[in-house]
Amino acid sequence: MLDKTKIGYEFNPFTVDIEKGRLCFFADVIGETNPIYKDETAAREAGYKTIPAPATFMMSVELGSPDFLPVLTLLEMDIGRILHGSQEFEYPGIIYAGDKITSVSKIIDIFDKKGGALEFVVLESSYTNQDGELVGKARQTVVYRN
Amino acid sequence: MSDIQPGSEIPSLTLPAISRGTLALYAGASGDHNPIHIDIDFAKKAGMDDVFAQGMLSMAYLGRFITAWQPQSKLRKFTSRFSTITQLYDVITCSGTVIELIEQDGETLARCEIQACRADGVQTLAGEALVAVS
Repeated sequence: MLDKTKIGYEFNPFTVDIEKGRLCFFADVIGETNPIYKDETAAREAGYKTIPAPATFMMSVELGSPDFLPVLTLLEMDIGRILHGSQEFEYPGIIYAGDKITSVSKIIDIFDKKGGALEFVVLESSYTNQDGELVGKARQTVVYRN
Repeated sequence: MSDIQPGSEIPSLTLPAISRGTLALYAGASGDHNPIHIDIDFAKKAGMDDVFAQGMLSMAYLGRFITAWQPQSKLRKFTSRFSTITQLYDVITCSGTVIELIEQDGETLARCEIQACRADGVQTLAGEALVAVS
């Protein structure tokens, strides 16, 4: 069973550079065709400061942690047994190309179902840009297959 | 008065069939390096029949679908539950409907139910989007 005493654990904050090339690559891979996601002029004409990160790219900020998925090490989880249960994003602002985004995450719950056959870890994160503006919030549920 | 009203349908989006190439490219672009999505040997050792799609790939498609309808600057909240694993060769369609208009923090928001489904109709993701209406 996963160590429930880790509920409340806060991970080390980290900062990720939001690179334009990476955003373009992401946009291409998901088949995004709106030019605002690749072209600064189109983005500005549409009212954005510059190229915005696509709506789900917040997750990629999280995956930019120096240790990939540090929750796995903390809770001694096998990466082959995790599934993504659910994901929530809130958008108090927008993440832009060129930003430096700092992620702060903590474990807010660990519970099990089906007599421990499935365990769940709930993580909450917030994302702040280089100007100290809160630009995103996320809540993620990881499912662990026992 | 906005043309976004309860019952309004969001124009659907159907994606190309999921390929191994897409999974590999999405792993690189998203930073999700979990080998279960890109390495069949690893997937089999983990008890799966083959690699399968990252849940976040389908959520990215849902994000495209929502922001093709309304600009991302109006998106306030976006959630998904991953109800069924998306497999190779699945053809995913994103669809959704405005359920109600609500007031929150001085804004009118459209609360939309959204989903991703396979060609056989099985739902793979179900979620909600809150979009500002102005």
